Amino acid sequence: MMPFKCNAEVRGNEKITGDIWRLTLEVPALARVASPGQFVMAKGSKGSGPPLWRRPLSIHQVLDDARIQLLIKVVGPGTEFIAGRRPGETISLVGPLGRGFVLPEQSGNVCIVGGGVGTAPLFYLTSRLLGGSVKPESVKVFLGGATATDIMVLAKDFKALGAPVEIATDDGSAGYHGLVTELLNRLEPGKSWRVYSCGPHPMMKTVALYCLDRQWPCQVSLETLMACGISACLGCAVPGRGPTGLAGGGGYLHVCKEGPVFEAGEVAWEL
Amino acid sequence: MGIVDDRLQVDIAGGLQLNNPIMTASGTFGYGNEFSNFVDLDRLGAIIVKGISLKPRPGNPPPRIVETSCGMLNAIGLENVGLDNFISEKMPFLRKIKAPVIVNILGDSLEEYQTLSEKLNDTSGISAIEVNISCPNVKRGGVAFGTDPAMVFQVTESVKSRTSRPVIVKLSPNVTDITATAQAAEDGGADAISLINTLLGMAVDHRARRPRLANIVGGLSGPAIKPVALRMVWQAANVVRIPVIGIGGIMTVEDVLEFMIAGASAVQIGTANLIEPDTTEKVLDGLLDYVEQNGGRPIREIIGTLQTG
Repeated sequence: MMPFKCNAEVRGNEKITGDIWRLTLEVPALARVASPGQFVMAKGSKGSGPPLWRRPLSIHQVLDDARIQLLIKVVGPGTEFIAGRRPGETISLVGPLGRGFVLPEQSGNVCIVGGGVGTAPLFYLTSRLLGGSVKPESVKVFLGGATATDIMVLAKDFKALGAPVEIATDDGSAGYHGLVTELLNRLEPGKSWRVYSCGPHPMMKTVALYCLDRQWPCQVSLETLMACGISACLGCAVPGRGPTGLAGGGGYLHVCKEGPVFEAGEVAWEL
Repeated sequence: MGIVDDRLQVDIAGGLQLNNPIMTASGTFGYGNEFSNFVDLDRLGAIIVKGISLKPRPGNPPPRIVETSCGMLNAIGLENVGLDNFISEKMPFLRKIKAPVIVNILGDSLEEYQTLSEKLNDTSGISAIEVNISCPNVKRGGVAFGTDPAMVFQVTESVKSRTSRPVIVKLSPNVTDITATAQAAEDGGADAISLINTLLGMAVDHRARRPRLANIVGGLSGPAIKPVALRMVWQAANVVRIPVIGIGGIMTVEDVLEFMIAGASAVQIGTANLIEPDTTEKVLDGLLDYVEQNGGRPIREIIGTLQTG
């Protein structure tokens, strides 16, 4: 699906926690074609800015054939503008962009590992998995946050999908007191797991290396600075592995084009 | 919309006539195909593709880009597929486009520029060559060529001697006197000059006390550099007789008019493509409206009409 530019009408805007918002947008052309793990570039200003760049946001959920949801953490003026749009206003999007998650063809054990607002694309993924060949009892969702308030609303939403959820918080205010990656040790070691992860880069690195060690299939959704999202600027490079990757004598992967979702083994985590 | 409107036509280089003055700036428009769903590529004045070197280049380590006030810094490091892959993988698509295709070339040595020029001269579907002598990103790159008038002359002359295609020399703004390098390009036989390339800059993360770019320094582009670009286009246009192509922060049709009034025969749109991928076509529509609203006078009549008295 070639990306296109469109205007989306804001239908809802819900505050999740202090600085995280969830926008519901009516944009049928995107809702009909976006797959889990894909993203949009959303304009973060009125008119010609500032700020200049659009902001990359992964698709959090597709509600039906007309509406999508975005999860936005306010980190600067661009995300503040987007998170501040009220119902009835419109927002300019370019999408659907990038290569999304590859869904399993057969049933099996699936583990979802999300950190903070990085959980965004995993929600659409999980709802698609559970709507397909994957049974709720063979799914584990591990969500991490700094504090309970960071992650409780999202955890509730995952539970509403029917998925068993376990939480880790940095301050111990809910669930396991520690890093979400430490929950991986709770997976039954005899079984093979298909792991999907998105969150802070160090978290994904730990997940990726854990899975590579055990030869479990693992896909991660990377985040980088991005100016265009359409592979024109080549600013979103990450070191790759294999014959085409930097570690194999080749070059960089581009998060907007070859990603944002990569197989854990495609990324040169040590570089 | 394939109808040619002669009121928008301009001449830029060595007899190359464009259907309109709206071109794409190298490095902001990929190899054209990235934009085929956003823009009717056939309508553009010309497409300038990402800079090509003899061998593929992997580019710089990340982070490669930073957003700045009304602009951006980049240190992509001239990542490109290399000449052979460009010809075999990218040219088949580009040959199908009705707009002229201009190939931007870059090299580490005079010999590399010469080989590129020769090989592209034997490649069909290329209307002109643009020579990047100014990209500040690669340590061994063109910066030495672009800042020394004698070297500008030498590169221009060697490229000209190896190709029958029109040659555009893209000038670096990182010089004290732009008229000296502009004049050197003309003396070397350039059919046109394009300016400005990015301005050297840097950004610092004060918390980490580290540069925001892995390359430490990078090239500044976007609306932030427009006043510098306008000044240099005006200065260069005053000293050369060959056409000048204006580049630097163009986002709107008003920006295009300003550059043309300052002396540009055509313009290149760069950073704007990254933010609004349909900018070129929107600006082109705006230019047509301008012509209509001004009695249908050809757009070329405004070139260099700046009133300073």
